[in-house]
Amino acid sequence: MAIKSDVRTEENLIQVVRDDGTVLDKKLEPEIGEADLKRLYYHMVLTRAVDDRLLRMQRQGRVGFYISSLGEEAAHLGSAFALKTEDWIFPQYREPGAAFLRGYPLLKYVCQILGNSGDLMKGRQMPNHYAYKPGRYLSVSSPVGTQIPQAAGFAWGAKIRKEKIVTLVYFGDGATSQGDFHMGLNFAGVFTLPTIFFCKNNQWAISVPLSRQTAVPTIAQKAAAYGIRGVRVDGNDLLAVVQVTREAAERAREGEGATLIEAVTYRMGAHSTSDDPRIYADESKIEQWKPKDPLVRFQKYLAVKGIWNAAFEKEMTEKVQEEVTKAIQEAEKLPSPAPETLFDDVYAELLPHLKEQREEAAQFKHLGKHKE
Amino acid sequence: MPTVNMIQALNDAIRSAMRKDDRVVILGEDVGKLGGVFRVTTGLMDEFGGDRVIDTPLAEGGIIGAAIGMALYGLRPIAEIQFSDFIYPAFDQIVNELAKYRYRSGGQYGCPLVIRTPSGGGIKGGLYHSQSPEAYFIHTAGLKVVMPSNPYDAKGMLLAAMLQEDPVIFFEPKRIYRAAKGEVPEKEYAIEFGKANVIRQGTQVTLLSYGAMVVEAAQAAEKAAAEGIDVEVIDLRSLVPLDIETVIRSVQKTGRVVVLNEAPKTCGFAAELIALVNEKAFLHLQAPPLRVTGYDTPFPYSLEHQYLPSVERILKALKDTAHF
Ligand SMILES: Cc1ncc(C[n+]2csc(CCOP(=O)(O)OP(=O)(O)O)c2C)c(N)n1
Ligand SMILES: [Mg+2]
Repeated sequence: MAIKSDVRTEENLIQVVRDDGTVLDKKLEPEIGEADLKRLYYHMVLTRAVDDRLLRMQRQGRVGFYISSLGEEAAHLGSAFALKTEDWIFPQYREPGAAFLRGYPLLKYVCQILGNSGDLMKGRQMPNHYAYKPGRYLSVSSPVGTQIPQAAGFAWGAKIRKEKIVTLVYFGDGATSQGDFHMGLNFAGVFTLPTIFFCKNNQWAISVPLSRQTAVPTIAQKAAAYGIRGVRVDGNDLLAVVQVTREAAERAREGEGATLIEAVTYRMGAHSTSDDPRIYADESKIEQWKPKDPLVRFQKYLAVKGIWNAAFEKEMTEKVQEEVTKAIQEAEKLPSPAPETLFDDVYAELLPHLKEQREEAAQFKHLGKHKE
Repeated sequence: MPTVNMIQALNDAIRSAMRKDDRVVILGEDVGKLGGVFRVTTGLMDEFGGDRVIDTPLAEGGIIGAAIGMALYGLRPIAEIQFSDFIYPAFDQIVNELAKYRYRSGGQYGCPLVIRTPSGGGIKGGLYHSQSPEAYFIHTAGLKVVMPSNPYDAKGMLLAAMLQEDPVIFFEPKRIYRAAKGEVPEKEYAIEFGKANVIRQGTQVTLLSYGAMVVEAAQAAEKAAAEGIDVEVIDLRSLVPLDIETVIRSVQKTGRVVVLNEAPKTCGFAAELIALVNEKAFLHLQAPPLRVTGYDTPFPYSLEHQYLPSVERILKALKDTAHF
């Protein structure tokens, strides 16, 4: 079923579930089994709980820095869920739920935030910058937008090898101003690549509003300039996100090329723990968006379906809290990465000049929290 | 053994890499039908088709960004940047992405991408078809950087580049693309990275160089010999990893060193080489190490031969060092 939408005006937005949980458009409601609906709800609750606990730990000085995805959970969870396990995700830094859905273990996630010896990235990157190859999850980097042409190139590789996989790349509204956005979408258009460009339009790039990124009313309409399809979806509506992403993935798999999805959402917290939105943002905007909370909306949808009730909520919350607490406790026991790992993985092999530098470094006391 | 120029040797290397491994693809501007503006990829599109020899949109950042994705997928891409002067639009993708992918993912992902790019001046290319930007990339952890000076090395090093698990910036000295001729075996062979080539044995001064300047280095050494100065000429060819052992062994023998490259002087690779010599062979030195390099100006059009290190300038440095 082809979704039709006018992506040129702000008023038009694909929506499946109303704020009260009832279905607005039956034709658009994606088929999702009960087990998967529960799994999705679990991940919504988990993602929010993890963000909440780690933010608090940052305030307590137990975590150096953190980026929360509060309010944007449906956008990334719905889109990641809509893919097949053989598809690959090119992340930005604000999609923890997508990583969890792809099997990134919670303990490993917390270890990454702490940068300790349990971290798969060996403590090399700032919090929220992870990669998880077993889950076909690529590597987060800080430079905004760089992952966009990479996702196109990966899909291109698959297309050349005639493997029917799809890549999905996450980025923010700010990233659409980068040259990499233009190049990635343009390459995907010219070579009909199986890529989903998934823009989480949370209306802000740190303190800069969307109106400073573009003079057109929507991001989705930029697709037209690249000869690819554009879709604009309510990013707080998990079901709508699943539906539009599924359709984009199917089209991509069938050789019909790329889609730019604009998921309209709102950043309900600060950009990061280093930010203070009181300086630049109108707090009443947050109030306006509260009734659209993606977790509450999904909860109501599940209630209408007879899946969610108070007992289910209690069970889910307790399970998640216990898991998060356990992961944090375990992770906090682990020491810093061993100092000599500083020189690993610069290249596949240790080059002579790095071997020499490693020997030099070994003469000095380790200044981190590493315990022998 | 056939005698070929560097373009033919490179073409031969790419062709055999593509025949051997169907994961090898080429992408860049004008690399397809035209065979590249310098014709290095001539005939490859005919043999391997448009899926493997790809003319891309005119966007270096897109070429490298997409090639990174291809390498992550498991292809073995060779990306061509038409002139190294135009590599800067891709600088972020190279420095922040390509070079760091393995490290930042804790070794989960590697990015075996070879970037070929013609570099250097002397072809009347002015500011934007003459630059030697190798220092930026040598400075960046995670990249391997090489520059052959003759057809034999060009083929062997490109085939070696294809065997690396990490990204390689492969600079091609375009001034001697056609002028440098030599015997090149038809079979495949790889020249190990990190091994310098002593192209002339000598006892009194060590002359270090790479790329097109190796030609002038050899000429200057002959002239010096006529004046009684016995120069050892080393073609570094692999800049990262660097064969520092061969360099130091030579300096320990000669006690004198001149470094020659055509890139600008300040913070160029010559400065790094001299620092290394000072660190590792200071007590063997009998004269201050000298640099002969391009000047700290943009690369000029009409005065390019004033800018490029000449045999005369090199010879003067060799004499100054020898008679210090
Ligand atoms: C190239 C680059 N410039 C600046 C920054 C600093 N920076 C980090 S995130 C950010 C805003 C990004 O906004 P957006 O793309 O909308 O993503 P969001 O944070 O809203 O999810 C900025 C300016 C950066 N990381 N990279
Ligand atoms: Mg944003």
